[in-house]
Amino acid sequence: MSELRIELQRICEWIEPGSRVLDLGCGDGSLLEWLQKNRNISGYGVDINPENVLSCLKKKVNIIQADLDAGLTDFEDGSFDYVIMTQALQALQFPHQTLAEMVRVGRKSIVTFPNFGLWKHRVYLAMKGRMPVSKALPAQWYDTQNIHLCTVKDFEQFCKQKALHIAKRDIVDYEHRSDALMKLWPNLFGEVALYQINGK
Amino acid sequence: MGVVSPKTHHFSEPLSLVCGKTIEQYDIVYETYGTLNANADNAVLVCHALSADHHAAGYHSNQDKKPGWWDLFIGPGKPIDTNRFFVVSPCNLGHCSGSTGPKSINPASNKAYGPEFPIVTVVDWVNYQARLAGVLGIDQWAAVAGGSLGGMQAMQWAIQFPDNVRHAIVIAAAPKLSAQNIAFNAVARQAIMSDPDFHQGRYYDHDTVPASGLKVARMLGHITYLSDDAMGDKFGRDLKNQQLNYDYGVEFEVESYLRYQGESFVNRFDANTYLLMTKALDYFDPAEKEGGDLSEVFRKVSAKFFLASFTTDWRFSPKRSKEIVKALTDAGRDVSYLEFESNHGHDAFLVQHADYISAFSTYMQNIEVTS
Repeated sequence: MSELRIELQRICEWIEPGSRVLDLGCGDGSLLEWLQKNRNISGYGVDINPENVLSCLKKKVNIIQADLDAGLTDFEDGSFDYVIMTQALQALQFPHQTLAEMVRVGRKSIVTFPNFGLWKHRVYLAMKGRMPVSKALPAQWYDTQNIHLCTVKDFEQFCKQKALHIAKRDIVDYEHRSDALMKLWPNLFGEVALYQINGK
Repeated sequence: MGVVSPKTHHFSEPLSLVCGKTIEQYDIVYETYGTLNANADNAVLVCHALSADHHAAGYHSNQDKKPGWWDLFIGPGKPIDTNRFFVVSPCNLGHCSGSTGPKSINPASNKAYGPEFPIVTVVDWVNYQARLAGVLGIDQWAAVAGGSLGGMQAMQWAIQFPDNVRHAIVIAAAPKLSAQNIAFNAVARQAIMSDPDFHQGRYYDHDTVPASGLKVARMLGHITYLSDDAMGDKFGRDLKNQQLNYDYGVEFEVESYLRYQGESFVNRFDANTYLLMTKALDYFDPAEKEGGDLSEVFRKVSAKFFLASFTTDWRFSPKRSKEIVKALTDAGRDVSYLEFESNHGHDAFLVQHADYISAFSTYMQNIEVTS
């Protein structure tokens, strides 16, 4: 798995071989390419960016160029084993609608996002009085694509409200390691949150 | 491609058509580019749309001003790279550029077929194209490609001969015509058929052509190929002679352009063929046999699909391509779909566009052929 971005490696461990996978905001298609080669999955990536689309074509990954904010109406209920969305939730116009669509289309949905509740962000805001800028969130407030940041608590509260079942959770750092602090206080020490959710 | 020359094959075995009639014998004109490899696994069939023909790439002579209709896309180093692929580009049955059609002589009567020429459909074209493949020693196309009505043929190939197509390249197409599409075709046909020189399609016998009707049909069609933006950019409200004359002459540049397009079309196209091509479009509906369920049709397909559409195409808009994509994903087929920003309307599939060309090239490069 060395060639695969570290944060995607754990997701791969969650995917059953031979599954049908929809990867929303699939970027350059690395995850699907790896899953195709190593897990015998079939499926499609969805991305709007022309460079990403071209990169997917190069990797022989099925790519559908579309805007996630326009909804997933082109996919039938329960037509995928997994719908994956890595590090895209916070960039969506209507994340709650996209999440609802994910659990409609996929039997299992996998979502990852940067945890805004991380103590560093809290300290940054409290001490400097400015919007946190970090390794994971390098952009300034005015040019960031991350328009809907949330914390671990926010996300879990949202799942509760929407009756979404959290089947798996991994709270890790940027290198995707976990430690005792993250296990004890995930919302304070987790840098990246990975969830597998199912509609009830 | 340099200078290319068409070939003709005479088919003497009768072809049964969807309309119930049979065409006893016919000629098909076609061009080929590149070389068929020893395993015959590098053949690409290029299908033309309504008004184009077999001349898809290169020039017929050094004096030709314009190359074939898809020359930007076919040739060495181009998306359909003739260094790798052997390209076959036939002129469809019913057309007027050399393949047997309404203006050809009917051997039974020694007169032009005219209205006697049976209506041919996309299914019939795929059938004769399959025979042509046999003649050329091709059992399976590496890809079948086309835009608009050509894209419909590519789709139909994957449906009709699932084992004989590896990739279907479907550009600026639709799963079937909308009421509005059919309405435009109906007006075009009315323009031709109501021309006094039409003579119920027997105008050849009267040594005339329904020129004004065909001209109007083409002008109408041409409007649907362009986008509002493209027309606006090109002509705006520009006048031919700086001032308004308050009469019914040609005053606006756009009027003059359309007339020119219509007139030059009359010189190269047969009105009966125009009628026939628009009917072939109207009848295209591969999902009909499955009660309108295109995904059910695609379940039997094994080809991988590449689809593309263009933002300002309102004849076959991106929405229409997405209907095909949805049916393919529902059926679990391999498909990639790209949507390109372009202000060229429906004609965008024929026009230079860097992203379109590089995506098309990338997809084609991934098609495996033995070298």
